[in-house]
Amino acid sequence: MTFGLFWLSWILFTLFEKGLGGISMAIFTQMTPAPGSTGGLLNAITGSLAMVILATLIGTPIGIMAGTYLAEYGQRSWLAPITRFINDILLSAPSIVIGLFVYTVYVAKMGHFSGWAGALALSLIVIPVVVRTTEDMLRLIPDSLREAAAALGAPQWKIVTLVTWRASKVGIMTGVLLAIARISGETAPLLFTSLNNQFWNADMNQPMANLPVVIFQFAMSPYENWQELAWTGALLITLSVLGLNIAARFFLRKQVSLN
Amino acid sequence: MKLQFVFALLAATAALIVTPVTYAADITGAGATFPYPIYAKWADAYKKQTGVRMNYQSIGSGGGIKQIKAKTVDFWASDKPLTREELEVNGLTQFPTVLGGVVPVVNIDGVKQGQIRLTGAVLADIFLGKIKRWNDPAIADLNAGIDLPASNITVVHRADGSGTTFLFTDYLSKVSPEWKDKVGADASVAWPVGTGGKGNEGVANFVKQIKNSIGYVEAAYVKQSKMNYVQLQNHDGLYVIPAEDGFKAAAANTQWDKAPGFYEILTNKPGQNSWPITGATFILMHKSQVNPTQALAVLKFFEWAYANGDEMALELDYIPLPDSVVKLIEDSWGANIKGKDGKAILSVKH
Amino acid sequence: MSKIHFAAKLKRQLLFDWIFHKVTWFFTFVVFALLAALIGSLIIGSMPAIKAFGFDFLFSADWNPVTEKFGALVPIVGTLITSIIALSIGIPVSFGIALFLTELSPPWLRRPLGTAIELLAGIPSIIYGMWGLFVFAPLFAQYVQPWLQNTLGQIPGISFLFEGSFMGIGMLTAGIILAIMVIPFIAAVMRDVFEIVPPMLKESAYAFGATTWEVIWYVVLPYTKIGVVGAIMLGLGRALGETMAVTFVIGNAHQLHASLFMPGNSIASALANEFTEADGELYTSALIELGLILFFITFVVLAFSKILLVQLKKREGTVT
Repeated sequence: MTFGLFWLSWILFTLFEKGLGGISMAIFTQMTPAPGSTGGLLNAITGSLAMVILATLIGTPIGIMAGTYLAEYGQRSWLAPITRFINDILLSAPSIVIGLFVYTVYVAKMGHFSGWAGALALSLIVIPVVVRTTEDMLRLIPDSLREAAAALGAPQWKIVTLVTWRASKVGIMTGVLLAIARISGETAPLLFTSLNNQFWNADMNQPMANLPVVIFQFAMSPYENWQELAWTGALLITLSVLGLNIAARFFLRKQVSLN
Repeated sequence: MKLQFVFALLAATAALIVTPVTYAADITGAGATFPYPIYAKWADAYKKQTGVRMNYQSIGSGGGIKQIKAKTVDFWASDKPLTREELEVNGLTQFPTVLGGVVPVVNIDGVKQGQIRLTGAVLADIFLGKIKRWNDPAIADLNAGIDLPASNITVVHRADGSGTTFLFTDYLSKVSPEWKDKVGADASVAWPVGTGGKGNEGVANFVKQIKNSIGYVEAAYVKQSKMNYVQLQNHDGLYVIPAEDGFKAAAANTQWDKAPGFYEILTNKPGQNSWPITGATFILMHKSQVNPTQALAVLKFFEWAYANGDEMALELDYIPLPDSVVKLIEDSWGANIKGKDGKAILSVKH
Repeated sequence: MSKIHFAAKLKRQLLFDWIFHKVTWFFTFVVFALLAALIGSLIIGSMPAIKAFGFDFLFSADWNPVTEKFGALVPIVGTLITSIIALSIGIPVSFGIALFLTELSPPWLRRPLGTAIELLAGIPSIIYGMWGLFVFAPLFAQYVQPWLQNTLGQIPGISFLFEGSFMGIGMLTAGIILAIMVIPFIAAVMRDVFEIVPPMLKESAYAFGATTWEVIWYVVLPYTKIGVVGAIMLGLGRALGETMAVTFVIGNAHQLHASLFMPGNSIASALANEFTEADGELYTSALIELGLILFFITFVVLAFSKILLVQLKKREGTVT
């Protein structure tokens, strides 16, 4: 236990030490700068937000529905075991492979890099994680719960949505959050899909800026102001994943207490 | 509650997507990592002056031909020039933009900045693993008076494919037949010995952390992170340090007008001051342009950069091209890059 | 009247049931199709390399872009070794963390600690890499590596694992960084899984006078083993496919060394390092085949864990 916390505090300390100095209003109001001039990360932050949110909106429902099928209806279907297997294999897919796939089927066909392509690539990373956790969580719900509901005459769709989903929602949420945490720091799948953008862009059909690629490019450069922004960006990602976590848990708890 | 949360997210996303599309990026380019900072700098200044937005992203030189065929970008950048045949086959043209250098760096106890001297052949033997200790006679003979340790040499190279590696190995191939034979020159090679670092940053850090190591990085890194560089013997037999003059001299001693398609690798060039591992970075474009307005925007950008970008380049430790070369390049545009109607996209008058 | 009404209601419910079933089936099919297409595109992409090298690809340690001779042995070995190190550190630690969070810790500590662990999962992988290279590796080289060589390195039989100079980077460092990265994944899922165990089960065991450890070993673990294996698979998935963090610290050398202190390479980091600059068709294709091999490794590991689960179930049958 202390072992885990030890690493956490060490890494966080490094992050704060190097990243906190760079946090200012400019980070949220200005575009990524050229080397040697001042600037912020506004375009990268909004771009990342848009793509991560979209990817989650695309990936989560698909993942939860598929996970539900695997857990609730999967026993007598040819589709379930094979999907489960492929899904598990894809959990370990190097993310660059996914970027490449979206590049061939989407970017190369459309003829340009775009924010949509980036969101698609990210959603392909979300799906396996959500499928896996949803199925695991649903399977842990004791059958007695389902049987009790069935005995009361509830149809299966109601059992699933009202009983099992509800009983396992914290676990499913954890899966979604883990997925978001994973995609919010992904560089490789975005490189070939959304590219990156030095300037402000709100058009999802154009190359879109995003934090991970900016962090990667800036961290690898020899210029001090870029390196500093990279650390700040990293701190931002970590803090927003934390914020999201806390927010989600807060909403869930409220819901539980309302019921 | 959860629903409200989801709706709020949905609304936020919708707002982002629906926001009026007033500023689409005007030019998109991608490719090599080495020129990324300077293109970003130029793009920033260019936008302030003209409002035109040039978005360049470094996603690697590799697969450049594939990208430009797929027309996902308006231009492609590469640190490794294409040969004339490759250009012909793919209907492409290329031109250099800025120069840079590759510098061997060391970390040896008791050896001061720029103190150690190496020849190309000795450098090749170290990277071949033939010279294993710093006090090897081959090194000691070049460095009379320096107390070299008897410790093993740790070789550090780039792990990722890169133009830097291409220049470095190209140089070693030119000065060592054995290197050419056993390893060769490419963006990534089968290293006989050593450890790989990710990016210049990775190599620089390994060299700093590992005692008695040697590696190679882009010139800008040597300056910015105050690394211990070596003096190299150049083509004329003189020992030079990696400085602006050295890179310029290498470029000046290159006969660009005799290089069709600007196919020139500036390693091991003659000249008293020439730094032996110098290189240019290149832009690749289609000869026949389907979309002349985009092509014109690209060429205008580089015309502006050649005229106004020298100061910015030097600030970031890049070396601008001599004016005579720029003139050659701009003439080549008129001759090579044409619209569907066969007319030149941009003819620069000198 | 009421009978007809009831029948109509039943019919409607059955219809809803049918729709729900089909909708979930449809989504599953979408997932299946997408993922199958992904694997299919990999196979097509690696055809040139498969044709050129055949099975030798798996056993050759060559990796020469200049002569276009490629073999996957080094990255395969590197991937396996780093993942094994990561899991052998990661599983016990995450298990401890999850247990502590669900069974042992005082209630007021649970939430902040749980959040802290999830926070570790949220750190972008490139940060782990940079931290590993700039902060961890120098300290590791200075203190931990000499110590390891003086202790474990003295034991005959495994001493070869700890030979060589102290560079701070290499297979062992990569494995440790990976362990730190997979811990939050495994721990977070394990904790949720443990929490689902009905308290009645645990309480009845306690009522029989079982110790905490016995409750965990005989009640919690058997009840949750599918979830626990799932959590480990999730962690393993991340360890096998992790790119950026490994690239920074593994040393990226296409060479085979017995010592864990020496640099190696992993499939994912070879892909990330070389893909963007690979220009030959065969080169690109060999890299894609590496990706395919990674899938195959996962496949084998998965099959193995399935068998393990079946065995577990069997043994349970005989014990009770």
